[in-house]
Amino acid sequence: MSEPLLDVVGVSKQFPGVRALDDVSFTLRPGEVHALVGENGAGKSTLIKVITGVYRPDGGEVRFLGRPAAFNGPLDAQHAGISTIYQEVNLIPLMSVARNLFLGREPRNRLGLVDAGRMHREAAEILAGYGITSDVRRPLGLMALGAQQMVALARAVMVDARVVVMDEPTSSLEPREVETLFGVIHQLHGRGVGIVYVSHRLDELYRICDSVTVLRDGRLVHTGALAELDRVALVSHMLGRPAAEVRRAGFTSFAGSHDAATDRPPVLRAEGLSSRHRLAGVSFAVRPGEVVGLGGLLGAGRSETIKACAGALPLDAGTVEVDGRPLRRPTPVHALRAGIAVQPEDRKAEGLALGLSVRENIALAVLPRLSAAGLVSEKKIDRIVETFMTRLRIKAAGPHQRVGDLSGGNQQKVLLARLLATGPKVLLLDEPTRGIDVGAKAEVQALIDELAAEGLGVVLVSSDAEELIEGSDRVVVLRDGAVVGELRGDQVTTEQLMNTIAVAAS
Amino acid sequence: MTTTALVPAPSLPQRLRGWLPAYGVYVAVVVLALFNIAFTDHFLEWQNLRIQLVQVTPVVIVALGMALVIGTEGIDLSVGSVMALGAALIPLYLGYGMVPAILLALLGGLVIGLVNGGLVAFVGLQPIVATLAMLVAGRGIALVLSSGRYKDIRNQDFLAIGTDAFLGVPYTVWIAAVLAVVVGFVVRRTVFGRRLLAIGDNRPAAELAGVPVRRVLVTVYVIAAVLAAVAGVVQVSRIGSADASRIGLLIELSAITAVVVGGTPLTGGRIRVLGTVAGAFLMQLLTATMIANNLKDSTAQMVQAVIILVAVYAARERRTR
Repeated sequence: MSEPLLDVVGVSKQFPGVRALDDVSFTLRPGEVHALVGENGAGKSTLIKVITGVYRPDGGEVRFLGRPAAFNGPLDAQHAGISTIYQEVNLIPLMSVARNLFLGREPRNRLGLVDAGRMHREAAEILAGYGITSDVRRPLGLMALGAQQMVALARAVMVDARVVVMDEPTSSLEPREVETLFGVIHQLHGRGVGIVYVSHRLDELYRICDSVTVLRDGRLVHTGALAELDRVALVSHMLGRPAAEVRRAGFTSFAGSHDAATDRPPVLRAEGLSSRHRLAGVSFAVRPGEVVGLGGLLGAGRSETIKACAGALPLDAGTVEVDGRPLRRPTPVHALRAGIAVQPEDRKAEGLALGLSVRENIALAVLPRLSAAGLVSEKKIDRIVETFMTRLRIKAAGPHQRVGDLSGGNQQKVLLARLLATGPKVLLLDEPTRGIDVGAKAEVQALIDELAAEGLGVVLVSSDAEELIEGSDRVVVLRDGAVVGELRGDQVTTEQLMNTIAVAAS
Repeated sequence: MTTTALVPAPSLPQRLRGWLPAYGVYVAVVVLALFNIAFTDHFLEWQNLRIQLVQVTPVVIVALGMALVIGTEGIDLSVGSVMALGAALIPLYLGYGMVPAILLALLGGLVIGLVNGGLVAFVGLQPIVATLAMLVAGRGIALVLSSGRYKDIRNQDFLAIGTDAFLGVPYTVWIAAVLAVVVGFVVRRTVFGRRLLAIGDNRPAAELAGVPVRRVLVTVYVIAAVLAAVAGVVQVSRIGSADASRIGLLIELSAITAVVVGGTPLTGGRIRVLGTVAGAFLMQLLTATMIANNLKDSTAQMVQAVIILVAVYAARERRTR
């Protein structure tokens, strides 16, 4: 076997309050695509940060190309040959696409100035290889998130990287872009580059990874060839549950269809929602106890539809009705008052006040109800916070812990607790399980089921087709901001969804 | 399901970092006070303490409003001009009696606050730009109202606010103390206070959580401006004259300093009211110490600069961890 590119030996890392890594070892060989998996809080991100020099390990060492390595941060690691692509795009939105691509190594002319012509030409060539044909002189921020991710990837690969670390690279990519990404990974594999691939999507792992390392609670649970490990065994390593139990429960935790009383009037009705460039007359209805999925590709208008229903997107036309009564004004305040609770796609940017406590975040939307004459009642807040922390099994040091210090899954639960505290009639959930660990994912899915059973109307957006299909009673398929199809009853299958999207796309 | 992480207690430097921005200001005040007790003559005499208290009062009042604005991740540069406006309105309406004059001065502040808040919340201007405009416009209006002249006040009732005392403590100091308690209460115990902090921490999230963001922001700027007008009234009553060209000059900087030194981060989402009051005291004590020990005012300014840098540095340590 060839010399390892990267050898992490018995690394430990301690943070105030958590032991993030405990004697973890990890080996990456040339040309290997190595999956790094585990629930959130398992230590994947910390391990990556130790490898790229963001953190210094408290114990153990990182060896790169056979020599001990201690990088001074990601840039230093990059110069040495370790490139990283993060979950969130780490580029500068106001700079042009080409500028971003070449940042820090711009081609120079004889005067030492940036050779813009050459830079644009080369950038266009390089990006064409990634299926991106838009103008490289435009600011990066104007591109779709998926395209930005591809630019980040191109940038990471351009430097002569020996190791590329990909932290959930597909979380904002469309299927076509995912294919391009896999193509690139294949090329890198051929060139002997080692790839550390972090993802929550099992399909992807089995398609492209050679080996796998599973972390749980900061400890190494399993490492070896992926082909020798079946899915159920992999999931059980991650969850720490016996394989039989995992098999019984299935891959998602949805119970199946709900008996939404079809004769009951809809609790939510959206009529002709239109917003320039984004929505072109979206109409749909949700009955009590029904989960309606919104399907479609990235940019089809799913998140926009959710936002419009929540009053957070300025509308040119269209109405939103709750229980037959239209919203007085389409603002978040009125939507909430009418009984619409929304969980936005990006929980860090739009969902939670990360600097505030679990308690403040849960109570935020219902403060008026927990107060008299403008004075908040700490007792009432405590009661409601306790109720929901218990019900959603939120793992925190206590209600006063900063939300920013929680794991992704628990952050999401805090957000859901806030929604539920408002006593909503309709829940709008935009990617409720994105970027959270398998355990929390199962809990959230079960919760959605439970809430629908209690008679809430739920609108579900998920880029995980399996989740969308298993979780929804009906799926409304969108494309370019308009409804192009609807799947009911027996039609609610992954194949039908793909067909509808494909037909709509042609 | 709960995992209670068993970890050693954080090390001393770590604890110090968390502790310094929160409580450093109190330590500094105590140290400075002890130094003065030891080395400055007559420091502990009531006469001296009274002067210090009276002098710091306008800064404290203005800083309370500033703390609220900074808690929303904003800033209010117009407070000095609002003080001047309040001051300019007093002599114009004292003829109708003390109460109408004061109410009109506060109303003047309220109007400027509405404009500030409207520009920030509805037009979407950046707070620094919106309030900079009002910094310029406010003093202009004040100068026009007072015809650019210095005016002596002869209304004895009004002057009594600045000169008389209750239980030996000047009325103006009582006013500042009561306002500090009220603002502290508002931040801790009211729906408005909670919403304000949520907006400061993450405005889009607050919006989606159904917080009436614009209304809260306008209210915050109105409160800040009215407090500044109160400070203007207090100042006029103390010095017995209204000079729109000088009152409140550069006080926005002193107020921001007090807030920052007191441990309130400029990034919003957290307000330390008591810290703000202590911050104002620290700066006042510093100046007094320098003067008492025959150091120039310019030296005091340089020391102030160092303290501001230390405060901001300490806050930075806490955030990046």
